Amino acid sequence: MKRRLLLQAGSAAGALGLAGCASIGGSGAKVVVVGGGYGGATAAKYVRMWSDYGIDVTLVEPNAAFVSCPISNLVIGGSKTLGDITTPYDNLEKRHGVKVVKDYVTSIDPEKRMIKLASGGELPYDRLILSPGIDFMLEGLPGLRQPGAQEKVLHAWKAGPQTVALRRQLQAMPDGGVYALTIPLAPYRCPPGPYERACQVAHYFSKAKPKSKVLILDENDDVTSKGPLFKKAWAERYKGIVEYRSKHKVVDVDVATHTLKFEFNDDIKASVLNVLPPMRAGEVAVKTGLATANRRWCEVDFLTFESKAAKNIHVLGDAIQVAPLMPKSGHMANQHGKTCAAAVVALVTGKPVNPLPIYNNTCYSFVSDEDVVHVASVHRYDAAQKTMLTVPGSGGVSTMANELEGRYAMAWARNIWADTLA
Amino acid sequence: MKKICRALAAVSIMAAAASAQAQAPDPLQVRSWAASCANCHGTNGRAQPGMESLAGVAKEDIAKKMLDYKAGRRPATVMHQLAKGYSDEQIEAIAGYFAAQKK
Repeated sequence: MKRRLLLQAGSAAGALGLAGCASIGGSGAKVVVVGGGYGGATAAKYVRMWSDYGIDVTLVEPNAAFVSCPISNLVIGGSKTLGDITTPYDNLEKRHGVKVVKDYVTSIDPEKRMIKLASGGELPYDRLILSPGIDFMLEGLPGLRQPGAQEKVLHAWKAGPQTVALRRQLQAMPDGGVYALTIPLAPYRCPPGPYERACQVAHYFSKAKPKSKVLILDENDDVTSKGPLFKKAWAERYKGIVEYRSKHKVVDVDVATHTLKFEFNDDIKASVLNVLPPMRAGEVAVKTGLATANRRWCEVDFLTFESKAAKNIHVLGDAIQVAPLMPKSGHMANQHGKTCAAAVVALVTGKPVNPLPIYNNTCYSFVSDEDVVHVASVHRYDAAQKTMLTVPGSGGVSTMANELEGRYAMAWARNIWADTLA
Repeated sequence: MKKICRALAAVSIMAAAASAQAQAPDPLQVRSWAASCANCHGTNGRAQPGMESLAGVAKEDIAKKMLDYKAGRRPATVMHQLAKGYSDEQIEAIAGYFAAQKK
């Protein structure tokens, strides 16, 4: 069996010298991970590590490298580059023997335990770990479904080419223009992310285009995360630049005239439109029938992350129906990945699953190019309610924006990128 | 691979210790709890620059720091908020896991 594993994982596993240590988890089981973001990449690495490199892991990911959503708002603000937030998948292969397949999953057959790839191939699995992230719901935004509309009105809510394209739109905008950012009703990926983005664009305008404005149009009743801290930044640092308006539900976008149409409010025209449409679990999860909560999010068992709709399929990250007060964040997806990896290793080796997962979330937001505010929480499994609940008395936010936490935020990024990918 | 063998040896020593003390948590459970620190403090406590490494630090030192954060005796930006999410026994167990990791 070891020989077969070595052949499958190629020189990567060979370099690890599998024969050098008695295996505790060498079951020969096949785990396929779909999606190489914070959830999937972490799960792939930790299934390998925690099975003593005995479980065969294949990661299917269409992108050539990992581009981090956290810190990507700094690329839009101009203080970081896309290169700063990009990490290759090499170490998952070289150090951990994960077989990385650059491909896209077109369908999953839960009965046959088989996935189909866009390239035409098929992959069988014993356990599938699905970390598909989010996709956008454009049903209620007809203007964005017109040909070419989505190249002009960007979301930049999946870090990558759109991040750079939005930065270019802001650079091309004449001073005195308006950047309008629309926010959908929660839940959406990264609760504080839009407000951090508003700060980053305002920071750029304050240095380079002081007559320009940032207009935040939020469908929610109020700022959904770190509200007092963001409002203080807008009122003090970016006075006269940022304007926040709640209860603005976008119902259409006229791309040709740069106009936003709302359910109850007057139309708004702006130089740069940045529309965050409502979100749901990544398409492959919805298509497979896993998005059982409101046809948007995937319900899971929080001890194993196994789908409540399909056996042997585990769902992680932003795609899940979250527990109370659990944010859809990269940090949380990484924690899901480790909890799921431990459970998958236990399940395929016939060991008991940890009955008491405990993990935390720490989320830093940059209000300028160096000052940061955080929100932190600790989440513990509640056996009676069968969900993760925040531990009473734990967690909290920064007292004020500060530069020390700016340094910690970048250290957080380096560490979580390494924990996920190195 | 040597690293892995050492880590496994540490886990099995912990397992032996666990069976000696009936109340001690399962070492694999402790490994999972400790892994939730890795987002900031590095896989198995070996941190990237700018954050404190926990691997190979004496158990008493990690536990004391955490209990001081928890009690509000030690100033922090985040750790006083996170430490309050763990019981004293969980803190002891996690500290023991990191102490057993290679620096």
